Amino acid sequence: MYPFIYRRPKSIADAVKLFEAGEDASYISGGHTLLPTLKARLAAPTDMIDLAALPEMKGIEETDGGILIRGGTVHADVASSPLVQAKLPVLAGLAGSIGDRHVRHRGTIGGSVANNDPAADYPSAVLGLNATVITDRRRIAADDYFTGLYETCRENGEIVTGVEFPIPLSAGYAKFRNLASRYSLAATFVVRTEAGVRVAVTGAYNRGVSRPTHFEQALDADFSPEALDTLEIDPEDMLSDPAATAAYRANLVKTLARRAVARQGVVQTFK
Amino acid sequence: MLTVSMTVNGEPVSRDVEDSTLLVEYLREALGLTGTHVGCDTTQCGCCTIHIDGISSKSCTVLAAQVEGRSITTIEGLGKDGQLHPMQEAFRTCHGLQCGFCTPGQIMAGAELVRTWEGPLDEHQVREEMEGNLCRCTGYHNIVKAILSVHAETRGKVDA
Repeated sequence: MYPFIYRRPKSIADAVKLFEAGEDASYISGGHTLLPTLKARLAAPTDMIDLAALPEMKGIEETDGGILIRGGTVHADVASSPLVQAKLPVLAGLAGSIGDRHVRHRGTIGGSVANNDPAADYPSAVLGLNATVITDRRRIAADDYFTGLYETCRENGEIVTGVEFPIPLSAGYAKFRNLASRYSLAATFVVRTEAGVRVAVTGAYNRGVSRPTHFEQALDADFSPEALDTLEIDPEDMLSDPAATAAYRANLVKTLARRAVARQGVVQTFK
Repeated sequence: MLTVSMTVNGEPVSRDVEDSTLLVEYLREALGLTGTHVGCDTTQCGCCTIHIDGISSKSCTVLAAQVEGRSITTIEGLGKDGQLHPMQEAFRTCHGLQCGFCTPGQIMAGAELVRTWEGPLDEHQVREEMEGNLCRCTGYHNIVKAILSVHAETRGKVDA
């Protein structure tokens, strides 16, 4: 790692001030993406501002809009939350499927949503459920928030302080893991709401988490795995790497979407 | 430089370290507690697993400064009063190790799993929960056996 100055803010407002005062500052939460990045010398922040210990960043609560999970909440706490398990069990299951046990003790929802790794799990739930990303300065609809690979509409220094998830009629998540990296080669989050079906795909699209809207339209008309039979995902839109070609991922997205439709209410992990 | 203070294996400690010091570097280099191993340094292998306030974490992916004031347990502090911890004893009895390099992390992970797990625990669940700890000697069968034996004996009531 390149050297940096570690800073411990007293509040979210204090953290933003420290960020603005730093030459090339970075926030750290669980650090489970950032620290490996720094070890590989892919980034060289001058100031490391630690959000992990801020009480304002912790907690899960019921709101009029659904469930609010604050940004510093670790995956293990979402997975074991009685509230999330009761109201949105697929989200609890998704959180419990991230990384491994020790990673889930440190990694946070805010870090995952801020980083927008194209293979991360949380972005598919945030986009699929049409959640609201809450920052220190505004509320952002999921459809507007994710803008590309590792890209979001966050401004420089803007902190994801929480995510508010509406409660759907039902939801299902099906993922296929790369056994080496444990990230998804492809994963689909399929949601039924009063306003219609939403499908969000992570791990596969070369523009990051995305909605195949033709799948949504077909499922709106007929919510069954067979409704997707005649539809295809264009391999041109897929990531391609030594673990999985674009054509393989395109097929996987369709297969996993069918399985998530067939088994709503659960998380299915294939490996 | 930064002064970082915490409790390690029940003893308060304080050291001046570089701001970017990882927890595993603090333990191994500043405190000389070399039982916590560095295998991959990329958050995959679990050889560096320790407990932060009783919860398992990979110490290669935590800044020392981030655990200021917290209570850390390493493999050196797991046993009490000169006695092996039941998980250490079970790894010996079940032959849950070969070369031993991953063993401190496996034992710290297994001890935390058994202490915090609620309800019944079966082989499949142990394998799922232990997937963050890699053994290159392919010794998983006996590792799982050791963890299940401690769970069966203690029903999760062992302090770790």
